[in-house]
Amino acid sequence: MNPRSTAATAARVLTQLRRDPRTVVLVLAVPPVLIALFRWVLDGQPETFDRIGVPLVGIFPLISMFLVTSITMLRERTTGTLERLMTMPLRRADLLFGYGLAFGLVAAIQAGGTAGVAFCVLGLDVVGSPALVVCLAVANALLGMSLGLFVSAFASTEFQVAQFMPAVIMPQILLCGLIVPRDQMAGALQAVSDVLPMSYAVDALTHVATSATADRSLIVDIVVVLGVTVLALALGAATLRRRTP
Amino acid sequence: MSAVSTQETAIVVDRLRVTRGGVVVLHDVSVDVPAGIVTGLLGPSGCGKSTLMRSIVGVQIVTSGGVTVLGRPAGSADLRPRIGYVKQSPSVYLDLTARENLRYFARLLDVPAAAVDRVLRDVGLDGATDRPVSALSGGQRSRVSLATALLGRPELLVLDEPTVGLDPVLRRDLWEMFHRLADDGCTLIVSSHVMDEAERCDHLVLMRDGRIVASESPGHLLSRTGADDIEDAFLRIVEHDGDRA
Repeated sequence: MNPRSTAATAARVLTQLRRDPRTVVLVLAVPPVLIALFRWVLDGQPETFDRIGVPLVGIFPLISMFLVTSITMLRERTTGTLERLMTMPLRRADLLFGYGLAFGLVAAIQAGGTAGVAFCVLGLDVVGSPALVVCLAVANALLGMSLGLFVSAFASTEFQVAQFMPAVIMPQILLCGLIVPRDQMAGALQAVSDVLPMSYAVDALTHVATSATADRSLIVDIVVVLGVTVLALALGAATLRRRTP
Repeated sequence: MSAVSTQETAIVVDRLRVTRGGVVVLHDVSVDVPAGIVTGLLGPSGCGKSTLMRSIVGVQIVTSGGVTVLGRPAGSADLRPRIGYVKQSPSVYLDLTARENLRYFARLLDVPAAAVDRVLRDVGLDGATDRPVSALSGGQRSRVSLATALLGRPELLVLDEPTVGLDPVLRRDLWEMFHRLADDGCTLIVSSHVMDEAERCDHLVLMRDGRIVASESPGHLLSRTGADDIEDAFLRIVEHDGDRA
């Protein structure tokens, strides 16, 4: 890894984001507004809000970064900048770490803001450490980023990328245990949810929401989230081809 | 095919075949590109010029045959800092300014920031450096792309139609710059579908339908064919080949 190239790429990605203030506002403002909306919708069932509130805080960065990364990477592919980078002395890992650094930073701000609103304004209860919720949210953002990077290889237009969002993310939201606890699902659905990374992300967040102590299952959940992130990044790196047809 | 034997050779293309979507784009092409001069790659649009250039830079998947660049197989990692490549479509970040684009690429190439000002002057862009590239004209955008390739003072410049859509004064200035670079030892290969640019080249490679129809100096080409200009020479060669077939 080359720190100079990685830092340059992260700075470039952040400058590009800064040029698009509307996206920045949407990324930062939509999650807290949606959490507030949930709080309001569940006004009569505060226990439900407490159950799904913390996982939601941690899931938003995954969704945002999935979308932002898949579209940004598609643009790199279609405008020819990726091909230019591939002809330059830049390692693919430097490019990916650069992206990870930039989007990880954005995710930290997004998760911090969302968590702040949820805990301080909306009265969301978390038994464990609120800082750990933010850390898990950043890990989820990196997971979303790596999934977005990977799927961008299978899209040739921005319309297609936008369709990957419901195709890849929605099933995970349905099956991750937010809507119905996973142990109450039909056996087949439970088996599918066992191989979807968001299930582990939500398990970890639920654990922090309800318990102040770390146990083995929390560690396993975190390891799975990070492991899938690395795997998707490796697969995504394999799609960044120096030679193309 | 190699018309130049006394001169050093920068690029050796040996029976290169490229197939794309089942169609043969380059038919076992062999050609030598002399070092230290400006070689024009000319031919109608769709004849395989860009594919040949992509093969030289090492980003094209080739079916058979090979390309040797500066004594190394095309696409070798150690060639990347030594080659500057400009695609036909300007491949720069549209949401960044010209200067931000160049700064990023300069950091990847590890060249001093002063190089940015130098290349901006070289391509005559010093007046439009602080607006996003998306706000620039087509000709200005392609000059930002060209400037990027000049940053590292490469030994080989592969320029795919760099002068399309530029005003005549600017076109003349760029060709003067190409020759200055060649005088300093750089090898340039410049493609064009406009035959009148042929007269500005030291050496010509004429292409048609994925084949090389001539590789020699403009003077030699004219005297051999008895043509008045390169366009006429091209026609005579193509019609002569047609008679033989």
